[in-house]
Amino acid sequence: MGEQTLYDKLWNSHLVRQDEDGTALIYIDRQLVHEVTSPQAFEGLRLAGRRPWRTASMLAVPDHNVPTTHRSAGIADPISRIQVETLDANCVEFGVTEFKMNDIRQGIVHVIGPEQGATLPGMTVVCGDSHTSTHGAFAALAHGIGTSEVEHVMATQCLVAKKSRAMEVRIEGELAHGVTAKDIALAVIGKIGTAGGTGYAIEFTGSAVRALSMEARMTLCNMAIEAGARAGMVAADETTFAYLKGRPFAPQGEMWDRAVEQWRNLKSDQGAVFDAVVVLDAASIRPQVTWGTSPEMVVAIDGFVPDPALMSADKREGVERALAYMGLKANTPITEIAIDKVFIGSCTNARIEDMRAAAAVARGKKIAPNVKQALVVPGSGLVKRQAEQEGLDRIFMDAGFEWRDPGCSMCLAMNDDKLSAGERCASTSNRNFEGRQGQGGRTHLVSPEMAAAAAIAGHFVDVSKL
Amino acid sequence: MKKFIKLDALVVPLDRSNVDTDAIIPKQFLKSIKRSGFGPNAFDEWRYLDHGEPDMDNSKRPLNPNFVLNQARYQGAQILLARENFGCGSSREHAPWALEDYGFRAIIAPSFADIFFNNCFKNGLLPIKLDAEKVDALFRAVEAHEGYRLAIDLEKQAITTPDGQVYPFAIDAFRKHCLLNGLDDIGLTLQHVDEIAAFEKRHLAAQPWL
Ligand code: SF4
Repeated sequence: MGEQTLYDKLWNSHLVRQDEDGTALIYIDRQLVHEVTSPQAFEGLRLAGRRPWRTASMLAVPDHNVPTTHRSAGIADPISRIQVETLDANCVEFGVTEFKMNDIRQGIVHVIGPEQGATLPGMTVVCGDSHTSTHGAFAALAHGIGTSEVEHVMATQCLVAKKSRAMEVRIEGELAHGVTAKDIALAVIGKIGTAGGTGYAIEFTGSAVRALSMEARMTLCNMAIEAGARAGMVAADETTFAYLKGRPFAPQGEMWDRAVEQWRNLKSDQGAVFDAVVVLDAASIRPQVTWGTSPEMVVAIDGFVPDPALMSADKREGVERALAYMGLKANTPITEIAIDKVFIGSCTNARIEDMRAAAAVARGKKIAPNVKQALVVPGSGLVKRQAEQEGLDRIFMDAGFEWRDPGCSMCLAMNDDKLSAGERCASTSNRNFEGRQGQGGRTHLVSPEMAAAAAIAGHFVDVSKL
Repeated sequence: MKKFIKLDALVVPLDRSNVDTDAIIPKQFLKSIKRSGFGPNAFDEWRYLDHGEPDMDNSKRPLNPNFVLNQARYQGAQILLARENFGCGSSREHAPWALEDYGFRAIIAPSFADIFFNNCFKNGLLPIKLDAEKVDALFRAVEAHEGYRLAIDLEKQAITTPDGQVYPFAIDAFRKHCLLNGLDDIGLTLQHVDEIAAFEKRHLAAQPWL
């Protein structure tokens, strides 16, 4: 066998069987479970009289529906409550480890997996959630699956899959001050489009990626799905190992050394061939802001809202519709767009480094009078505790932000945190679809630094100049 | 799972690209712990003039007369004609559940998002990829002719238009087999129980920390 990509290695090492037409059974090492996409899967098992194949591979947490305030009072919305209680009951019935809503380890499923060391290099990781691509940051093959597949993995420990093509997204050079992994992700999507990665598994490579922290790599892989790729990944290196060492689910002692020795091989071989290669120059990436209703509708902070009149007919209609929805005029400088709300959170940007970065911008300042609400929602109970130990909660609250309990919150507005129609939000989440953060709400995707700076200024500002 | 063999049905054109799963079924309806009943809320925000919530009586809600699904000529359509990157966004299977529950059995588009595409097959819903020009031609034909129907033959992998044109389409053999026979994936995989168990034994021995 010749030189292999990281994706080849992960695929081959989990291949149970493959038919002539390429349909394969892939063994799954870790299945993460949350309350929204699992009830029908557990119900399916029950109806068929099946048990999970390997409960030790599963880890469950409620995150999408949980309230971010007054949590000890329980969930007020009866429908959300039933969904969370259903998860609790299913986990008891099937013997699945669950971090319940009031457990300090509870949080967004893609934050807690890595935080616990439940995501390890070389693993296959699935979850009924498209942002499972996040876990690929650990040189794992990780992607979202539908509920039927959730049930399938529970029952068989395998997934029916076909191999994707491999795409290398190489980012060389050094990022400028104020430019983050979020900006890389948005710049990549701006370049290749939301369908640019469809059918591919992306490996992010290059000196700029190697230089990223583990948390930043997670942000990058998290957004691979917004580029259409089910999986994003980064090769394992010392940064990966240092992050994982000592985490509760990670191997310990002599087993750790053995594991690291194997993990060192989790990178694309020199000379391995990708089906597609995209190259970006890190130094040329500026802080990004989306202006439309798809993550590919993105521009640098010093740019302008695009003018549909200058576009080809096939693009024009979509852009006009997006601008109408977003309430924006063509050619408006991005820095002149005033905002109503700010959301710092989500599986893209709610880890401790994100909290620190946003707090550094907010320190000693006050949110602008036109900003009605600025939420900071840490990604897990442990992130929250760490932030509080560092005094970040005080910085945020002194500046006028609300400091909340962990969960998905206004990323998708399934709990009480949402935008009202027409409200404009600077958000660190990953999707700016129509209605995503509340019906009629207008979302601009940005990095935590950019969101915090927008909260202070009341409009978008260039953090690279702060 | 419902079998899919042949379908001769009315077509409704949804002329937007990048239709995402949040548009197909907005998140407030994901709180259900069931698989069925999502049909009345498919495309909820486009379909109704008011804001929908799970406990509402949908039959009493004001319909958006401009939304294509509400137009009289498309009532009863079982084939959805769509544009590029249909079903992008989340992995929620509620999206194909909603489309299937609404009454769709097939979706024709130039391209689909990967996870959505996959999820369709698990629910007896056939997503068909056709070249953009062909899809374009179909859009023109549907809009020009009231009552426009297409005949889909999965066995033959062909779509036939009312004027006798035939568009062949590709589908992978395994998925075709499952759809034609209405087969449950899990049952099929469990035929390989011994192989899986043997693999697992080796795999866990080599990486005992898993
Ligand atoms: S934070 Fe948002 S994107 Fe992430 S899992 Fe939750 S809802 Fe999905």
